[in-house]
Amino acid sequence: MDALTLHRIHFGFTITYHYLFPQLTMGLALLIVVLKTLALKTGDEKYDVSARFWAKIFAINFVLGVVTGIPMEFQFGTNWSEFSRRTGGVIGMPLAMEGIFSFFLESAFLGLFLFGEHRLSRKMHWLSAFLVFVGSWISGFFIIVTNAWMQHPVAYTLLPNGVYEIGSFWGLLLNPWAILEYAHNMCAAVVTASFVMASVGALYLLQNRPGPYGRIFLKLGVITGIVSCVLQIFPTGDLHGKYMAKNQPTAIAGMEGLFHTEKGAGMILMGQPDYESQTIDNPLRVNKVLSFLIYGTTAAEVEGLDHFPKDQWPSTLPLLFYSYHIMVGLGTWFFALMGVATLLLWRDKLFTARWILWPILLSWPLPYIATTAGWMTAEIGRQPWLVYGLIRTSQGSSPHVGAGNSLFTLLGFLGMYTLLSLLWIIIVYTHIQDGPLKAEHSPDPPALSAA
Amino acid sequence: MGTLWFWIVAVMLTAYVVLDGFDLGVGVVYLFVARTDAERGQALRAIGPVWDGNEVWLLAAGGTLFFAFPLLYASAFSGFYLPLMMVLWLLILRGVSIELRSHSADPLWRTFFDGLFSLSSILLTIFFGAALGNVVRGVPLGADNYFFLPLWTNWRTGPNPGILDWYTVLGGVLALVALALHGSLYLALKTEGHLERRALTTALRLWPAVILLGLLGIPATILARPASLANYTSHPADFLAPLGVIIGLVLMRPGLPSRSRLKSFLGSCLFLSSMLVGAALGLFPVLLPSVGTAGHDLTIASAISGPHTLRVGLIWWSFGMLLALMYFGIVYWLFRGKVSEHAEGYGH
Repeated sequence: MDALTLHRIHFGFTITYHYLFPQLTMGLALLIVVLKTLALKTGDEKYDVSARFWAKIFAINFVLGVVTGIPMEFQFGTNWSEFSRRTGGVIGMPLAMEGIFSFFLESAFLGLFLFGEHRLSRKMHWLSAFLVFVGSWISGFFIIVTNAWMQHPVAYTLLPNGVYEIGSFWGLLLNPWAILEYAHNMCAAVVTASFVMASVGALYLLQNRPGPYGRIFLKLGVITGIVSCVLQIFPTGDLHGKYMAKNQPTAIAGMEGLFHTEKGAGMILMGQPDYESQTIDNPLRVNKVLSFLIYGTTAAEVEGLDHFPKDQWPSTLPLLFYSYHIMVGLGTWFFALMGVATLLLWRDKLFTARWILWPILLSWPLPYIATTAGWMTAEIGRQPWLVYGLIRTSQGSSPHVGAGNSLFTLLGFLGMYTLLSLLWIIIVYTHIQDGPLKAEHSPDPPALSAA
Repeated sequence: MGTLWFWIVAVMLTAYVVLDGFDLGVGVVYLFVARTDAERGQALRAIGPVWDGNEVWLLAAGGTLFFAFPLLYASAFSGFYLPLMMVLWLLILRGVSIELRSHSADPLWRTFFDGLFSLSSILLTIFFGAALGNVVRGVPLGADNYFFLPLWTNWRTGPNPGILDWYTVLGGVLALVALALHGSLYLALKTEGHLERRALTTALRLWPAVILLGLLGIPATILARPASLANYTSHPADFLAPLGVIIGLVLMRPGLPSRSRLKSFLGSCLFLSSMLVGAALGLFPVLLPSVGTAGHDLTIASAISGPHTLRVGLIWWSFGMLLALMYFGIVYWLFRGKVSEHAEGYGH
């Protein structure tokens, strides 16, 4: 493999792995604030116990998110130095702002939230949970701003020496692409956390555990789950798709497998794109839906890939097509599952309906897959550009870091992350099987259950 | 404007070394000063609420460097490719071992993560010292402003250096010992009981070693990069930095238990920051010196970002730093005082 391909796999692998953690912690931070709010409002100890239980899962995921996140910032310089040199004057800013505005806030108040329950008043402890939530969501925003600039560069000036600098501070931060991407992405994080929480709740109910926690987790997970699933599809997904169609038509054409420009273009629900013959095998097509989704009218013309020169086509077309279809397919499943669960909850039948508890229990990995597929859609759709329309991916990597070094460190990360995965499974599994009651019954809270 | 950003980045990196330095240093001496499970828990509780925030300074400084001097970021990070990747792996192992240790009561589980925590801390301090040594000594920059350093060549400075040579190894050892002392002084300040006493004894033993290595570092630096003296001879005020080093060394003398721990620890802070400021003064306005003939030094002027980026940056940076200092104040205030052996367990 050549160095460029290895650099791409290097970044792709490490960022995919990294994002398994923040998507949970960002969503979970919100759910913990909800639990702490319930505790504050009702004064009921069981919500504090719940928050403590989830805080522990939050903490382990947070630490893994931090330690796998540091390599992301470093890799801009180590593996993508030409990209960094030319665009550091723009994207360096949101990255630095993330450190200064978010990480300091998050780390300080996470310390208080985890260590300070005895030193702080109830309100101050609620506040520290809230600020951890704010910190993690600010962090997500700055990363999205960085990515959005690569997807849809705005508010920049090209300097005579070939590097970019910021043209407008607010223009960069309020990039419309960033706002849409942020909304869509944060909803996805809440979906992940809701499914994880609902799944643990379903587990406890299926196990017939004593105590209120199965019900609390399932109920909260289903309520936030249905809200975030709906918002995920409409308006955030819908608006994001429309904006993308306007600004990255090649990506949309690749995602939908639309090789030829069509009036009243149909939507392919399933199929296998054949790059050579430029057709879709075994298509399951719904007529005219694509035109309607993008332009609001079934007659509109949608530009297919044939509209663009081949050197601007997304480079790994089938992967783009599949990622997008996996994302949409799973999103539909989430909506259906949470919809049914909400109905049952409303009818007061959810907690005993084992036939729905089982799929809820088993569905927790799916949001991770959907989110990953969504990000792959965005990043592969952007190809062959590193910064859309400005810098090609082939121009961005480090000129003096060869394939050998890149392969070596890629293998190192593969090994390291395998180890982290094993530890994660052991810790989270044990903690969930121990359950919140263990924390409740130990004299001096949670820490001692472990100590 | 460039000068200002040079010092902003230098100060942030100094803050990183002084702050994360003490929890790294705790890791270095951890296995020696904390013997029982309770003492190890105590040592971890002393850094528990703050180590993650301390590490953020590295990220914040890195990000600031990225946007203020993109060329330096690109050149240095790709040139130091392998050692940086190893730093990343060590940071991963270290963070994970602090966090995971308390998740099981199994003694083997705990011993494993104790060892991992200490080993990764030791290697990190050596790497950071060696990294600073590389920047001071200079790297073989090419005409395209890039370089790629092998891990070692013939262990000599000169036109064809490696990441490790006698000078950078000296830097690594100095960092190891200085931060071990820094961490011991922190433990002596923040803990009580056996741990406190052993930390104090360790500090007493390390102190002469730090003086020796620190004094050795000055002629070594002049030997490795003669140009680093130029700024000092033309700006005598720069000698305040070595003066700070000496005052710091004197202040930190770990004395009898009755002596002020805070004073010793602050002396160590002064020592570390004076060393770093001294190095920065020797470099200025160069960011990364070039050895050999192919390329030119990377300077503030050649690596700086566009003017609008920097003007805007100054506004949000000042605002953000104010907030960050406030958070640090709150956290250190709330966790003030000594950590006893038998308190709430580490963790949450």
